[in-house]
Amino acid sequence: MSDNQPLSVEERNKRTLKKLVIWAVAMFGFAFLMVPFYNVICDITGLNGKTSSTAATQAPEKVVADRTVTVEFITQRGDGISGEFTSETKRVKVHPGEITLVHFYATNPTGSDMVTQSIPSVTPGEAARYLHKTQCFCFDQQTLAAGERKDMPMIFYLDPEIPRHINQFTLSYTIFDVTERVAGKNNSVAVN
Amino acid sequence: MSTAAATHDDHHDHHHAPTGLKRWLFSTNHKDIGTLYLWFSFAMFLVGGFMAMVIRAELLEPGMQFVDPEFFNQMTTVHGLVMVFGAVMPATVGLANWMIPLMIGAPDMALPRMNNWSFWILPFAFGILIFAVLMSAFGAGNPSAPNFGWTFYAPLSTKYGPASTDLFILSVHMMGISSIMGAINVVVTVFNMRAPGMTLMKMPLFVWTWLITAFLLIAVIPVLAGAVTMMLTDRHFGTSFFDAAGGGDPVLFQHVFWFFGHPEVYIMILPSFGIVSAIIPAFARKPLFGYASMVYATASIALLSFVVWAHHMFTVGMPLAGTLFFMYMTMLISVPTGVKVFNWVATMWRGSLTFELPMKWAIAFVILFTCGGLSGLMLAITPVDFQYHDTYFVVAHFHYVLVTGAIFSIFAAAYYWLPKWSGVMPSKLLGELHFWNSLISANLLFFPMHFVGLAGMPRRYADYALQFADYNFWISIGGFWFGLSQVIFLIVAIRCAMKKGEPAPAKPWEGAEGLEWEVPSPAPFHTFDTPPVIK
Repeated sequence: MSDNQPLSVEERNKRTLKKLVIWAVAMFGFAFLMVPFYNVICDITGLNGKTSSTAATQAPEKVVADRTVTVEFITQRGDGISGEFTSETKRVKVHPGEITLVHFYATNPTGSDMVTQSIPSVTPGEAARYLHKTQCFCFDQQTLAAGERKDMPMIFYLDPEIPRHINQFTLSYTIFDVTERVAGKNNSVAVN
Repeated sequence: MSTAAATHDDHHDHHHAPTGLKRWLFSTNHKDIGTLYLWFSFAMFLVGGFMAMVIRAELLEPGMQFVDPEFFNQMTTVHGLVMVFGAVMPATVGLANWMIPLMIGAPDMALPRMNNWSFWILPFAFGILIFAVLMSAFGAGNPSAPNFGWTFYAPLSTKYGPASTDLFILSVHMMGISSIMGAINVVVTVFNMRAPGMTLMKMPLFVWTWLITAFLLIAVIPVLAGAVTMMLTDRHFGTSFFDAAGGGDPVLFQHVFWFFGHPEVYIMILPSFGIVSAIIPAFARKPLFGYASMVYATASIALLSFVVWAHHMFTVGMPLAGTLFFMYMTMLISVPTGVKVFNWVATMWRGSLTFELPMKWAIAFVILFTCGGLSGLMLAITPVDFQYHDTYFVVAHFHYVLVTGAIFSIFAAAYYWLPKWSGVMPSKLLGELHFWNSLISANLLFFPMHFVGLAGMPRRYADYALQFADYNFWISIGGFWFGLSQVIFLIVAIRCAMKKGEPAPAKPWEGAEGLEWEVPSPAPFHTFDTPPVIK
């Protein structure tokens, strides 16, 4: 068909239909694209109180001695956790830039080993990006042996640039039992 | 297909219409499919309405009377889903099927077979959903129907969802496919099937609003499909899109859902804007004031609807900049919406007004939709939204825009075009009864919800604190009254379908304009086989 001839209605309908179907499929893909996009936004802005999931490697540039920020710690037990999960320190006053160590404890009263994952969250969310952890039990899955009481240290410092109006924030950890999830993954790997 | 049938098709033998069940099952005729859509949506309106009656019966008095809280949650959930996806959306698709080809001078929809398919998926989609409710009400062991609210937030619908959530997911996928196909059909029809001379800026506003609605549907229904697919894989295939334990985030669900959900509310209301833009000029006997501004306002509303979604989730703890952005963008939508309301009022200004049934419904729409829009503006203000969030104030707001907004305009459309569809005038007496009973009862039903909401009554609970008892009593009375009033419309519609009533002329409304009035009433099975001449 030459370009000079006008297309029949059926032909034009088919062309429009094709474009619209492609668009609909692309929007279905866009829904899934929102997931990494959301995660990137959260990483950059600390939206939703997400803290970085990797250890800070740089030492703080300075310690701001003339101000203190109160950091509170709360812990929650997620699904499948029957043991204790607490922080030894409930609140701590720190100078921005000061390296601080706090201890968390989890127990496994069950008769079998348990793999756990702790998920951090900061409220208000805008403080999240100023919290740098050099070591955290939340970076990796922690295995609790049957009957074990495990000490889980966390080392952090606050960015010296933390805005003046943030005087206090709460860091919350929720611990989840991911034993089955991990086992499932290993099984599927084995099958493959 | 046998060769005989193929030859038959080739001859374009349109003169005998198929009869009986086959006429409806295999229909590719836009008018028949439109009729199917409209009857289906009204049936769903009654089913969803019955669930609302269960809700209001339980809330008539404080304490637990008829159902347990678990079943109450299933009722609020399925009521919302049935009304949104089963009543309002198919009703507007039905109107589009019937009216768009007639309005643009096309012989049929562009893709008639797809049209048949997009309708016939729907009864199965809702069959699946309602099956879950029947199982819950009467089944062995009473397994729970979906109970997480129509917004199906994770983790309520993922980790804690009942087994029937999978039926729900399948059902939503089917509804979505149906909507997308319907929308594609509208776009293709409007782009390629217009009669010569029917330029875009000459199209009736109903066609314009539906064209924009169709684009919204194609853009966001796939996102809804994505959200339920993620739910499905989270539930059964070990992914963690919304599961914090696996590194996901439940708040992400709300973002994905409302990215669909906010354009969705405009999908439900834009066709209504088109309907009243057709009716008000007809009974004011004046052309629509500001036609071009109406088109641009509709397009602006549609574009803005993509950047306001997080106003549904101000309380999740967004950064200040985020809440401010979504607050201002939401308030901005009131500008094009205000343009529309202004134009409707300006159309009526110094017009030769008469108040036939369609006009009554249309004026009620303008006033009550504006009330709903105003409470929406209040909800848009972030700091006060913290008080209103998840209270009956929100319930009052969206029922004003959806019941006295979308549904009132659909009734307006039905009374306006029933003469064209059926060939007889709808009963005036019954119509007046239907209108006045609906108008008064809907306000008795929804207006006091503002008060109990502001006083702190949360939505989606089967019980409430004692101080809300008096208001809830009257709300429930309004609810039963409104529900019963809709039976009057059922009688009106059945009478029209049985051709009982005064025969309708081709143009029953003196001031009406448009190609649909140039064909006889009832509209013949095939119209505009040769395109009409557009002045």
